[in-house]
Amino acid sequence: MALSVKHLLGINELTEKDIDLIFATADNFKQVLKRDIKKVPALRDTTVANIFFENSTRTRLSFELAEKRLGADVVNFSASGSSVSKGETLIDTVNNILAMKVDMVVMRHSASGAPWFLSQNIDACVINAGDGINQHPTQALLDAFSIREKLGSVKGRRVAIIGDIMHSRVALSNIYCLTKLGAEVVVAGPPTLIPKHIASLGVRVEYDIRKALEWCEVANVLRIQLERMHKPLFSTLREYATYYGINKKLLDGISNDIVVMHPGPINRGVELNSDVADGERSVILQQVENGVAIRMAVIYLLSGKRDPSIQSARPAHLQ
Amino acid sequence: MPHARPICNPACSGVLLAEIVGMVKPLLNNRRLQITLNRLAHQVVENHVSFKDTVIIGIQPRGIHLSDRIAKKVADITGGGHIDYGKLDITFYRDDVHSNNIPVPNQTDIPFSVQDKCVILVDDVLHTGRTVRAAMDALIDFGRPRKVELLVLVDRRFSRELPIEPDYTGMTVDTILTQKVIVRWDENDCNDEVVLIDKI
Repeated sequence: MALSVKHLLGINELTEKDIDLIFATADNFKQVLKRDIKKVPALRDTTVANIFFENSTRTRLSFELAEKRLGADVVNFSASGSSVSKGETLIDTVNNILAMKVDMVVMRHSASGAPWFLSQNIDACVINAGDGINQHPTQALLDAFSIREKLGSVKGRRVAIIGDIMHSRVALSNIYCLTKLGAEVVVAGPPTLIPKHIASLGVRVEYDIRKALEWCEVANVLRIQLERMHKPLFSTLREYATYYGINKKLLDGISNDIVVMHPGPINRGVELNSDVADGERSVILQQVENGVAIRMAVIYLLSGKRDPSIQSARPAHLQ
Repeated sequence: MPHARPICNPACSGVLLAEIVGMVKPLLNNRRLQITLNRLAHQVVENHVSFKDTVIIGIQPRGIHLSDRIAKKVADITGGGHIDYGKLDITFYRDDVHSNNIPVPNQTDIPFSVQDKCVILVDDVLHTGRTVRAAMDALIDFGRPRKVELLVLVDRRFSRELPIEPDYTGMTVDTILTQKVIVRWDENDCNDEVVLIDKI
């Protein structure tokens, strides 16, 4: 058994079997994380570089913990304070890091498609930790894993993805992952934040958030990404919170019991109120916990894919 | 039954073909395997009067079938008392994780503390000793056992790559590297038996 891919760039490249394998492996790592010694030596001969060109708290910590708990050596790089500000290109930066004999690269970048570009140009295994408004595959995997853990299965579940769908890489990866696993997906939010042809991905669009909540079993609430909005897409945050924010009062008025998820960071009082985020419906912290197990599984499974003959970090087209 | 001589045909390979051309040598049939299992269980009981501080741990995946039987027999012999019995997966502790086919982990289930206990590790075939090395590493992550013993059904003598010897041995066989010892169990393969296969 092995994954069908050499890199983890986007969920759409994985098969349903791949996702099942990742979940089964993550189950095992979750067991390991409950032990007193939360570490296994599986990757003691592997070095992983975490290259973050964009800010991150959870994802970066989670990847770093996952790598360390697999026994790998870890180097961290963030764009601020590096030679990127002196004008070094992406490939140059990464190749310099790879010249120090790194086997895997975990990358976050503000440009959509940057991990694809990288995977074509370097020999090491690339894991996408979020690229622009495109994809965030490990987040989608851990979201689906959390749904599976909470509700027993993903197949046939009704999931609403609510909020800023337009700028969310979590939304796109979640749609690919959930539909692949047989869940029904609705995207909900203001019309300006929902891409025009999103229904072609096999999801339903709902503009009335109450209707979406009445329908769903799981509500995955997304952050309003003001930093990616270059023109006004709604009038004020208060207006957004009034019409699309989720609070306890709204959920109490709905007959079905909903599991509330959020990939973080939360804008408290905007898309999600504190009384829900910290309430009993929320599995937000379980998502974070599952993130480490999922990332351990992805790194472990991809490590078997790497080419042991890699000696040089020179780009493939130069060799 | 006389030892069947291998027919050398480089174009052919695989266990099934070996069986067809008669290159399978039975080492233990069902009846003799049961006798051996009984002996092993009695030896374990002989060495451990009380099972208060002794636990049995099978190594995943193929050691489990043997450890299931040993644990049950030991419980029967000692009068049906409770015996701590666990299963240990060693996938993440292997020293060949990066071979082409990455192994898929099995479940580890040790619902008790191994701290200061005597642990009897159980596996079906002892060959290079690498699995047992990994199992000892994995075990120590759960605590510090007072003592670790090793029980195997088949000891492939002379093929060890590490200084590891069993404390309880079902049978000892002399093999060469190209041969394969397969222990078949009811649960998987229809009949309890041990066979030696010559690879073509």
